[in-house]
Amino acid sequence: MKLTLEIQRYDPEKDRAPYFQSYTLEADPTDRLLSLLMRIKQTLDPTLAFRKSCAHGVCGSDAMKINGRERLACKTLVKDVVDEGKNLIRIEPLQTLPLQRDLMVDQTRFFDLYHSVHPYFINPEPPPEIERLQSPEDRAIIDDGTKCILCECCYSACPVVRETNPDFMGPAAAVQAARFQDDSRDSGFLERLDVLDGPNGIWPCESRFECTRVCPRSIKVTKLINLTKRKITRHKERRE
Amino acid sequence: MTTIKTYDAIIVGAGGAGLYAALEASRRCRTAVLSKLHPVRSHTGAAQGGIGAALGNVEEDKPEWHAFDTVKGGDYLTDQEAAVILAEEAVQAVYDLEHRGLPFSRTPEGRIDQRRFGGHTRNFGEAAVRRSCYAADRTGHMILQTLYQQCIKNQVDFHNEVQVLDVLLKDGRCAGVAAYDLATGELLLFKSKAVLFANGGAGRMFRITSNAHANTGDGQAVLLRRGIPLEDMEFFQFHPTGIREMGILITEGVRGEGGILRNAAGERFMERYSPSLLDLAPRDIVARAIVTEIRQGRGIRGDRAVDDCVHLDATHLGRQVIEAKLPEIAEFVRTYLDIDPAEAPIPVHPTAHYAMGGISTDLEGCVLADEQGARVDGLYAAGECACVSVHGANRLGTNSLVDLVVFGRRAGRHLARFVQQADFIEVTEDAAAPTIGRLKELKSSAAQSPSPHAIRERMQETMTAQVGIYRNGGDMRAAVETIKELREEFKQVRWPDPSRAFNTGLLEVLELGHLLDNAYITATCALHREESRGAHAREDFPDRNDSAWLKHSLAWLEGDTVRMGAKPVDISRWAPKPRKY
Repeated sequence: MKLTLEIQRYDPEKDRAPYFQSYTLEADPTDRLLSLLMRIKQTLDPTLAFRKSCAHGVCGSDAMKINGRERLACKTLVKDVVDEGKNLIRIEPLQTLPLQRDLMVDQTRFFDLYHSVHPYFINPEPPPEIERLQSPEDRAIIDDGTKCILCECCYSACPVVRETNPDFMGPAAAVQAARFQDDSRDSGFLERLDVLDGPNGIWPCESRFECTRVCPRSIKVTKLINLTKRKITRHKERRE
Repeated sequence: MTTIKTYDAIIVGAGGAGLYAALEASRRCRTAVLSKLHPVRSHTGAAQGGIGAALGNVEEDKPEWHAFDTVKGGDYLTDQEAAVILAEEAVQAVYDLEHRGLPFSRTPEGRIDQRRFGGHTRNFGEAAVRRSCYAADRTGHMILQTLYQQCIKNQVDFHNEVQVLDVLLKDGRCAGVAAYDLATGELLLFKSKAVLFANGGAGRMFRITSNAHANTGDGQAVLLRRGIPLEDMEFFQFHPTGIREMGILITEGVRGEGGILRNAAGERFMERYSPSLLDLAPRDIVARAIVTEIRQGRGIRGDRAVDDCVHLDATHLGRQVIEAKLPEIAEFVRTYLDIDPAEAPIPVHPTAHYAMGGISTDLEGCVLADEQGARVDGLYAAGECACVSVHGANRLGTNSLVDLVVFGRRAGRHLARFVQQADFIEVTEDAAAPTIGRLKELKSSAAQSPSPHAIRERMQETMTAQVGIYRNGGDMRAAVETIKELREEFKQVRWPDPSRAFNTGLLEVLELGHLLDNAYITATCALHREESRGAHAREDFPDRNDSAWLKHSLAWLEGDTVRMGAKPVDISRWAPKPRKY
């Protein structure tokens, strides 16, 4: 099929503001959007800038907005998003994070927020000679959170960050915190509590489920945030 | 004016080996990690099935058996002391990862669960053993995440989206690197007492590959151009089960859990190729079996064409096992093929996967400059870009992750000790001149620039068609000639986008240059070795020839020619025997 991609362009050295540019090319319904972006860059416009690496949805490099929704370009096939009849797909960079060039955004703030939740295993007890034991049931509790690839789709889609509280830590940091708060082997609950329980921690979340809807790893993000809220509430009740 | 930044140690690459080395080094000296990707995007994260270690959690196992399997799996080209270290240190490495929080899948008793993988056996080949420690089918993702998390905890200094383009060598010592900053287009000099390359593989030299776009053999090419040899580059692994045409990896863990390869007639054809290990034979053997089935008209289409495929059948495992133990695979297959693996078999064929060869190092990760094993002081390599050699002529599944953590850690430790007693070597702005000149030339306008895209496609097509699973002298001679031509053409390439900020296309051109050098060495080494061993299967020399070829190859890039050398294989533990499974 003949397909038109409407791509947001912006060159910080030349352009005052972003604009859209259209490219028309021959595509199959099963083509990955990333393959099409690469084809445009290789044969139509070498200046088009975007990130890519694994090309099969596990590295998180190529998150972008495709027809208005955050997706990984390598995990999105033409047939998943094409607007029947018009044969048009619109591609924009992620929102909320500062624009760098074309489809690339500055991820510094996203990773700073992620780092702020102490997203690492904490257990000061000396480890045993073998592994720490963990039942399959306890392991299953943290499974969902371990799938996160920090692609930023959820952060871009979050209406709270965009509309209500730009300082909110955002869904990904909350997922990464939950992954450790819920780990039966971890004892860093209190160390992460200050950030999670602070004004820009998890409380600004309004459970609007946009993060869950867009997550390319199908993580139940909102559910993890709500479980963490409940855990913190219980902890505070016990303390009182 | 070129910025010169000073660190005790520089680590190039932020996958498993680089991050492990960074954790070791940053505790003891001022360390910076330079990575062309954000660390969590590294290709270690795409590893699926597991990390091999003889924990013996579900059945009896011993490091000695693991070491032997590694040697035999490598068709006796594996250095045996290296294999013993790999197998012995794997056990502690897995515990260490668990202690750092890695969420391994568990047995009912709460121990780390283990599953079968190709070529891993009990008691020196008796039967398949459950040795692969796994976290569902995202083990590499969890290793990468865990190591990166520990780096955050330890405040490791990362310089992301910084591409190393040159290594500074002076009088047999390493003095630092020159690197390109993607955000600004600036060339940076890093002055350091030691540099460790852990930049990964070069699988993108092939058309069909499981490798990320970032796997362009940058460190290998940078060192080659400075006179450092590469070892055993003829040995490239084709993973038997990639998704048809796309090359996306379908983990061996599918077969480890009981999946079966079938031809068009539904026959379990591995019974004819490996009567004892069947579908869990080592990868080189399974990949050749698949190609043979396809060539003899028993592929799914049956037209004997190279892009035909066979079926990987996991339907009998049941939905519950697939969703619990192979969830990522199920998702890939649903996304890219619109197939439910619990209902229908997966169409697969081999995909270029892993370089057994690479930058020649000793057991401490020190880079070796010649056939006698002279070290280049302060220069280290670990992970897929390196060749210890622990994988010999064919790597066993799960051993790449073991290699990363075992030898990444050893190299990081040795490097940290080295910088304690070493001095800096003076680095001046002149050191940047060759790279700046190269960048300037690339950006200079030329009336007619060859298309880098066309060069890349022809290289990938050539390597896949002529330096693939079955090889012969005629094809490989043609491949070497083609790659030579492409390298000549590449010299005329100019890049039309002059911008400084985020000029990703310019980097892709530089990466193509790196790939061409890797392809040139790979094809030349393959043509040079006139025997069949492990992954190197020659139709014109079908047998292994220990009397002439039980040796490692070394290859130097000297301008536009390749000089070959050799060094002995360590066979101190097990005498080479015919390799049967």
